[in-house]
Amino acid sequence: MIKPHRNHPLWYAYIVHRLSGVGLALFLPAHFYVLGLALKGTAEMDVFLNWTEIPLVKVAEVGLVFLLAVHFFGGLRILAVEFLPWSPRQKTYAAMAAAVSFFVASSFFMNAI
Amino acid sequence: MLNVHLYLAQRISAMVMAPLVLGHLAVMIYAIQGGLNAAEILSRTQGSLWWGLFYGLFVLAVSIHAAIGLRVIAHEYLKLTGGVLTAFTLIVGLTSLGMGGRAVIAVVM
Repeated sequence: MIKPHRNHPLWYAYIVHRLSGVGLALFLPAHFYVLGLALKGTAEMDVFLNWTEIPLVKVAEVGLVFLLAVHFFGGLRILAVEFLPWSPRQKTYAAMAAAVSFFVASSFFMNAI
Repeated sequence: MLNVHLYLAQRISAMVMAPLVLGHLAVMIYAIQGGLNAAEILSRTQGSLWWGLFYGLFVLAVSIHAAIGLRVIAHEYLKLTGGVLTAFTLIVGLTSLGMGGRAVIAVVM
């Protein structure tokens, strides 16, 4: 079962991004190998491509397209979080965090002297 | 495990790939209609400078991106560090670059 601390949308976003990334990385060599068959002529490549007519292989292809799409959108989320300007609300929270920290430290300071 | 150069390489390769992935998704949805065959794929790509540049850049970016992504995972789960981790990263990146480059040459030339 999923541990309680992991039952959070951001944890799911993280694990989906990681697993889809590993899946795509494992698929890439096979993808490149099949395209490389074209060097030996179309017949060699078609032997493999005929295999993609099998329904189970088509389902696997759908899975791969999903992995690429979900890794793409998850990646856009990361880029947005890291590189887009902060919203006014985020700036307010950051300013509040700094202000409350100064207040806590000042309270300690006032009692320390 | 990730210095600032590797972090930036990971993010920049992602930014480079964003439009390429959209293009690739669109091509896949278009190309799968009526099934896949070599003649159809090659008629689209062979002799095309644009597809050569598109997929050449894609292979370069994905090789950098996958190598750094798997490097993070290898460090976290397999506890690889130091020279072994560097060797792992290079092997993943260069293998992908070699195989991907060969694939691009195969379908474009």
